[in-house]
Amino acid sequence: MSAAGATGADPVLRVENLTVGFGASGAAVVEGVSFTVAAGECLALVGESGSGKSVTARSILGLAGARSWQRADAVELSERDLRSLSEREWRSVRGRNVGLILQDALASLDPLRPVGREIADALRLHTRLSPAARAARVHELLRSVGMPEPELRVKQRSGELSGGLRQRALIASAIALDPGLLIADEPTTALDTTVQARILDLLAEQKESGTAVLLISHDLAVVSRVADRVAVLREGRIIETGPTDRVLRNPEEPYTRRLIGAVPTGRPRGERLSVPVGSAPGGSAQRARPAAPVPARATTPRDAVALSVRNVTVRFRGPNGSTRLAVDSASVDLHTGTTLGLVGESGSGKTTLARLALGLIAPDAGEVRVGGEPWNPLAEKHRRPVRARVGAVYQDSLASFDPRLSVEAILTDAATGGARRGSPARSGAADRVRELLDSVGLPAGVLPARPLNLSGGQRQRVAIARALAPRPDILICDEPVSALDVSVQAQVLDLLDELQERHGLSYLFISHDLGVVAHMADRIAVMSEGRIVEMADTDRILAAPQHPFTRRLLDASPRL
Amino acid sequence: MTTDRAPVGVPFRFARWLLVRSAGALFVLWAVATLTFFAIRLIPGDPAEAILGGPGSQASDEALAAVRAEYGLDQPLAVQYLAALGRLATGDLGTSYSLRTSVSTLLAEQLPGTMLLAALSLSVAWMLALALATWSTRGGRVPAAVGAGLEVVAAALPHFWIAIVLILVFSTGLGWFPPISTAGPAGLVLPVVTLALPLAGFLGSIMRESLLDALEAPFALSARARGESELGVRLVHALRHAALPAIGLSGWAFGFLISGAVVVETIFARPGLGRTLLTAVTARDIPLVIGVVLVVAAAYIVLTVLTDAASRLADPRLRAA
Amino acid sequence: MSDLEVSTRIARSATSRRAGTRRSATVGEVVAALVIVFLLLSALLPGAIAPLDPLAIRPLEAFSPPSPGSWFGTDESGRDIFSRVVHGTASSLLIGVSATAIGLGLGLILGTAAGMLGPVVDFSVNRMLEVLFAFPGLLLALFFIVIFGPGVVTATIAVGISTAPGYARIIRGQLVSIRRSAYVEAATVLGRSRWQILYRHILPNTLAPIFVLGTLGVGQAIVWAASLSYLGLGAVPPAAEWGAMLAAGRTYISTAWWLTFFPGLFIVLTATAITVLGRRLQQRVREQG
Repeated sequence: MSAAGATGADPVLRVENLTVGFGASGAAVVEGVSFTVAAGECLALVGESGSGKSVTARSILGLAGARSWQRADAVELSERDLRSLSEREWRSVRGRNVGLILQDALASLDPLRPVGREIADALRLHTRLSPAARAARVHELLRSVGMPEPELRVKQRSGELSGGLRQRALIASAIALDPGLLIADEPTTALDTTVQARILDLLAEQKESGTAVLLISHDLAVVSRVADRVAVLREGRIIETGPTDRVLRNPEEPYTRRLIGAVPTGRPRGERLSVPVGSAPGGSAQRARPAAPVPARATTPRDAVALSVRNVTVRFRGPNGSTRLAVDSASVDLHTGTTLGLVGESGSGKTTLARLALGLIAPDAGEVRVGGEPWNPLAEKHRRPVRARVGAVYQDSLASFDPRLSVEAILTDAATGGARRGSPARSGAADRVRELLDSVGLPAGVLPARPLNLSGGQRQRVAIARALAPRPDILICDEPVSALDVSVQAQVLDLLDELQERHGLSYLFISHDLGVVAHMADRIAVMSEGRIVEMADTDRILAAPQHPFTRRLLDASPRL
Repeated sequence: MTTDRAPVGVPFRFARWLLVRSAGALFVLWAVATLTFFAIRLIPGDPAEAILGGPGSQASDEALAAVRAEYGLDQPLAVQYLAALGRLATGDLGTSYSLRTSVSTLLAEQLPGTMLLAALSLSVAWMLALALATWSTRGGRVPAAVGAGLEVVAAALPHFWIAIVLILVFSTGLGWFPPISTAGPAGLVLPVVTLALPLAGFLGSIMRESLLDALEAPFALSARARGESELGVRLVHALRHAALPAIGLSGWAFGFLISGAVVVETIFARPGLGRTLLTAVTARDIPLVIGVVLVVAAAYIVLTVLTDAASRLADPRLRAA
Repeated sequence: MSDLEVSTRIARSATSRRAGTRRSATVGEVVAALVIVFLLLSALLPGAIAPLDPLAIRPLEAFSPPSPGSWFGTDESGRDIFSRVVHGTASSLLIGVSATAIGLGLGLILGTAAGMLGPVVDFSVNRMLEVLFAFPGLLLALFFIVIFGPGVVTATIAVGISTAPGYARIIRGQLVSIRRSAYVEAATVLGRSRWQILYRHILPNTLAPIFVLGTLGVGQAIVWAASLSYLGLGAVPPAAEWGAMLAAGRTYISTAWWLTFFPGLFIVLTATAITVLGRRLQQRVREQG
């Protein structure tokens, strides 16, 4: 394996043949990884969960954990050998020569300490600045990362800041000593799209100013925005490396190609994302649809409305008697056999709208109808007989399964309407459960397992099978793929697409990811602060967004 | 939820929380007083007889009537209840049946000794727990296993048994400390250790678990990546996280210490609230029992409000909840 | 907060951190299991372990210190203390188990009412629990004994009652979190009725951890019941019950320490072993749930 070498410039970081493992006899989770990062350059380590990308990043800082071991031919930071550092020497390197930015600043900044103190810590540890000088430098740093009102922010703790501001504070603490190398481990995961874009700009600024940036990410689209070069990790090995453009446009390895193919952003409705039959382990084998791009779906939205939401408003009562409008007179129509995408940032009211559509909460005003009949508000007693028509798939499917039940028990219960053991309604249930498993591409071997012991993709398939069991017309999918790796996400999206075609289902598809929504939906509704700010056919939204918020979302949405 | 808003009104929100919380505490105090008042009516037999030395004393009818009049026992229950509440509000806890003195005065005499004992024991327990938690989380299997083992055993030790063993070893055997707790500091050592050991077991477990959580938290990784030493990670970050839940348990710890004080003060023949309670229970001296119960309940309630307030001030996450 | 809530909190935190790792039994857990096997044998077949009659009086051998012939020594009437401790196991465990059953039963009633019968009942029960919590530790038990008089039965009930608020609060919390759980919501979406959800999801998921909760509680109940006995408010001599033996030996602490030391040692062993196993059980239940 040749090193992922930079062209020309002296590398700030040079890693040669790094192998990392855990436990005395444990197998290596990172094997023979080599790469370099030069000043003013950004190298992205890309891979799915379990590929060893975070372990690699932490090993460079000597922080892979107490039970880890590592071997390398070289780990050099500005030509200094890091392999034989004493603990004391390590401490002088960390923070001063290398800065680390972790995912989820809420947990990565001490929730009990003001962020100003956290940032000043790096200065306290490595400089002899007086407290006043430190405070001045902290203000300066906060301003440089674009933190509004830094005087106020230094006294706040991470829990009191929004996700974006928190991440800025974390970056400020990592760049406090202007380290030559910045390691960013999933720095934008879990952030809203618009916030993510600003954080990526900030990283790009660091790069411009001459810092070497090692970016760790699972998200190719994010990587393409800032990285100069990409190294693709799979099962602890770098399988492909090269300039970002080349790797993304012209991948050499089949795995890279599959990874890129799985990204839904910018892919027309109906086009397959996952590779069919055989090549993708765990992929559903019975699908016979062509892998070739299918032009925008022939199904013209029919006139029949499956689900109609009319002027609904939901107020949440705060602890001090104040009220907040979670959903503000929103109206959407879901036409039979089509997908309506609902996109918005966190806190925009998407999930509340989903719960309204599922009849889990009652609206304060307005109404929801299913197939023209009253649905919400309606007494649960009257809604229950028609509940079979509306199914749901959730983001956290594990939590949606009773932890005591096996897959078989879950599906049997769903297929028989909750009939008790031995009741006549249970006859033929076994066949129906097999049929459901088949339709979501799961082997019968998962039946005795509990969802806890299944992979994320398998769980989501079980969740879809459960939702299909009562033969619904409508599925409400609330962020159904947000917690999944991109290749698994592709499989689940393809599955949903195929099921819609086969059963004529109508989807209300909710996601924070415009790319996913645009790939799945015939029509898109954009939600912001409880309101539907824009609703139109997908093509129209993408080509000619009307509302400023939609435009901002489109601009910020990373694409390959 | 998180907001971008400036923390305007945080002091105001805290003041309102404290007000609501104090009102709740007052309600609980009133309910405790009412409950005790009516619960003692469940006692079979005549309270007047109890005052005159129990059913065996064969007091004359005139004497009984005189006592009833003196204690207001001939009044309707509602009148007695209101009168009792009124006296309570002025701090009058009645007269002890067995000692014939004012309960308030008695308690005022006994309270400081027990509070000293409890405060010292709590401090020692905290120090022991902190030491054990920091030592057992330094890494390695042996310290972790020893730490966990010591905590479980310590938490399961009954006070009376520790007291017996301590007396056997340090009084009867080595003669270092007196078996009877006198006023001097030497007499305090054994009772304090007796009370502190089981409490340290509980607190140590809680602290060790929270310490381990904190040491593995992403913010600890961030701190290490900033160049913080292991000691620094502990002092600056982790110990705070370990101490918070233990502080939150102060109300519980107080109850645990008072229960222990009943045993410890009895064994070491040390005057105090606990021993007074036991004597009163044995003699069925109702006003004295109620007096102790109310004082302990009031102290517990005040302590709970204070620790809740302290936790909220220290941990912004609680304020959001 | 009660002892029990503190214990469950410790186990909960320990579990969440080790989520996903299946570990084998530690040395402590093996020892604890052996102790419990020995205790169960003592309770069921005391004669097989200690053949001497626990009530046989031998005045000539009174106050003999521990020796190879009489491992734990003899008491003031010359009765063999080892035999008495072994023969007292059944009744001592029974006291602990009964007190726990009473506490758990009351807790179950209060906790279920609060968790299931709507906000008004929930509010009332919560205020009631707050009032009961204001009698911290043994205070509630002592107050109960003042009203109903001392004795082994009242002491057992008293310990049961004083642990009830803790159980109630844990059970309520469990119920509330299950009722709000995503899987109950998923069952609603599937069109299940309230009774179906209660029967199929809420009750099974609440009851499984309660058994473990009781196990954790028995150890503490034995310690508190013995403390009451030691203070002369519980079991009364000459019963061969650990608390009663403690009470009887109290007078002779300075001259014949073995009278109180060995029954106390058994209490410590029992409470420790039960707690260790209870924590392990709780971790198992949580890992599955």
